[in-house]
Amino acid sequence: MTNLTSRSKIVSNKKMTFWERIYLPAILGGLRITFGHLFRKKTTVQYPEVQREFSDIYRGKHVLKRDDEGRERCTACGLCAVACPAEAITMVAAERKPGEENLYREEKYAVVYEINMLRCIFCGDCEEACPKEAIFLTKEIVHSEYHRDELIYGKDVLVEPMDPAKRIDVSKRQTPEVLAFKQNKKFKHNR
Amino acid sequence: MAIFILYKFLLASIILVLSLLVAMYSTLIERKVAGWFQDRHGPNRAGPWGLLQPLADGVKLFFKEEFMPNSADKFLYILGPSLTMFIALLTSAVIPWGPDLVINGQAFPLQMADINIGILYIFAIVSIGVYGIMIGGWASNNKYALLGAVRASSQMISYELAMSLSIITIVMMTGSLSMRDIVAQQQGFHWNIFYQPLGFLIFLICAFAETNRSPFDLPECETELVGGYHTEYSSMKLGFYLFAEYINMFISGAVMATLFLGGYHFPFIDKLGLSPNVFAFVSFMVLFSKITFFGFIYMWIRWTLPRFRYDQLMRLGWKSLIPLAILNVVITGVVILLNK
Amino acid sequence: MFTEYIFYFLSIMALFSAVMVLVSKKPIHSVLFLTLTFFAIAGHYVLLNAQFLAVVHVIVYAGAIMVLFLFTVMLLNLNNDERSPKPVWVKIMAIAAGGMLMLTLIGVFRGYDIKSAHDPLTTQIGLVKELGRILYHEYLIPFELSSVLFLTAMVGAVLLGKKEQIYK
Repeated sequence: MTNLTSRSKIVSNKKMTFWERIYLPAILGGLRITFGHLFRKKTTVQYPEVQREFSDIYRGKHVLKRDDEGRERCTACGLCAVACPAEAITMVAAERKPGEENLYREEKYAVVYEINMLRCIFCGDCEEACPKEAIFLTKEIVHSEYHRDELIYGKDVLVEPMDPAKRIDVSKRQTPEVLAFKQNKKFKHNR
Repeated sequence: MAIFILYKFLLASIILVLSLLVAMYSTLIERKVAGWFQDRHGPNRAGPWGLLQPLADGVKLFFKEEFMPNSADKFLYILGPSLTMFIALLTSAVIPWGPDLVINGQAFPLQMADINIGILYIFAIVSIGVYGIMIGGWASNNKYALLGAVRASSQMISYELAMSLSIITIVMMTGSLSMRDIVAQQQGFHWNIFYQPLGFLIFLICAFAETNRSPFDLPECETELVGGYHTEYSSMKLGFYLFAEYINMFISGAVMATLFLGGYHFPFIDKLGLSPNVFAFVSFMVLFSKITFFGFIYMWIRWTLPRFRYDQLMRLGWKSLIPLAILNVVITGVVILLNK
Repeated sequence: MFTEYIFYFLSIMALFSAVMVLVSKKPIHSVLFLTLTFFAIAGHYVLLNAQFLAVVHVIVYAGAIMVLFLFTVMLLNLNNDERSPKPVWVKIMAIAAGGMLMLTLIGVFRGYDIKSAHDPLTTQIGLVKELGRILYHEYLIPFELSSVLFLTAMVGAVLLGKKEQIYK
């Protein structure tokens, strides 16, 4: 039988020698080890002052993107909700009225778009499934709340602001590979 | 006479405040040291380096809700923590904190009471120290608290024996029970630890057991007994129990420094030719740094060793430490007789 | 003058707590009052300039024996309602035994000449040196005999504790 780990030790119940039985050498050895830790580099990240560096493709809070003219990209196709393994996404679709062309890009849009952050597992499948480049995960962290209903995020939280200066940059998540992947007709969700 | 009483009163207040301050900051140092041992920083948010943390803790404890179990024995429930605190503060009376101060040609000893049975006084205080825990644990009317109290009582009685036997050797060497004489005899580098290493080791282990510090903290063993004897306590009553532990640490460090590490003596300091009052201050600082050293050892051991099992604790006390201590007494007696 | 007040205070404390030992309903309270009595008596020793005796009294009685009492009472968790009323003959025996002790005490004090007693302020009898000299010179044999008595008691206790294994 092969060992599962290279660090396993064979235990024997042999009688302990006198030095082992008085335990003091072992205790001193333990004290030496702990003393060595006094001078080690501390692993703590001093949070508010120092923030741990996030990966460019960290999967945090979602954003519903607008296009360059500030129109919501989402067309409420529901692919993200289907793709979601945790079933955290719900939406209600509606038809675009005349005169709302500057708000919504396509004829159909989501009146209600809710993500339950308590259910979400931040897998990013919604982002992958979206054919309209409308939903992305960002570096932002989902904060805790006192009530459960406050963690069901609606469009007021999710949709990015109109102001071009405050747009959320997701170009890091749209590398050529990602875009090519999205065009690949071999995958079911791209068809 | 009046000035002497005033001086004693002042000294008592200073020692009291000092013990409380040291106990306060021991809680911070304990948490800091624990952090360092575990590659963390420890508390550093309240004030610079977390220096205000003890105040924050104290304020928190004061403002927490007082909760008393309905079926508790009301009087004893309150008596328990008060007694623990009271007894913890009593011990410092016989410790010589330094050589005499000289003001206007009159000597003022830096010791509350130089009674000729100083060591025995400490033992008396230690032996009644268990009452606070027992009364509190029983009065809570909680089985975990009761178990903690029962454990505390048998543990402390068991280790008291080895403790007093290990001290007898010191008394044999000094020929006096007075703390002052014991310190005076260790002047220079004649520290008792060099003559009595075994006695020191036994005393150190017993001191851990008597102060209920890890690895002998079975009376409050969180993993088995929730909180042990103070399970039902909250607010400042809990604070008193926790606080008393740190005062006990401080005082036991002082006792160990006095008995084994030469008290306020340090080689060559008395040769520097300092004026008496400066000398007294320097000597006090020497004693204080020795106490700090013991405090660090307490913490070091706590964050290194796991807790004993109860049968191991009893076996160590009765089958190892007491026979060793008796052996030590016999050997010391023989050596003293031969040297006579 | 000042010591007189302390004497009265300690005496009242000793008598009061001794009575409370009998009167209290809970066994734990009785034990604690007994401890208080011991402390009061230790205070009396200090007044008699017998500091060594006082401290040893506290260590042995308050610190060890009463803790063991308390330990036993807690471990068995004796409650008020579990104490069955004693039969009449036990009560009579108790009164007789207590009365005999009292008679002995009265007899002792009747034959005792108070005037010849040591002056508490000058006597050295309760201090370590004097006590040690007396114990190891004048009363050496009784002292050693008492230690043999303790040894016997210890052996007996071990024997009782191990009874089943020995006779198996």
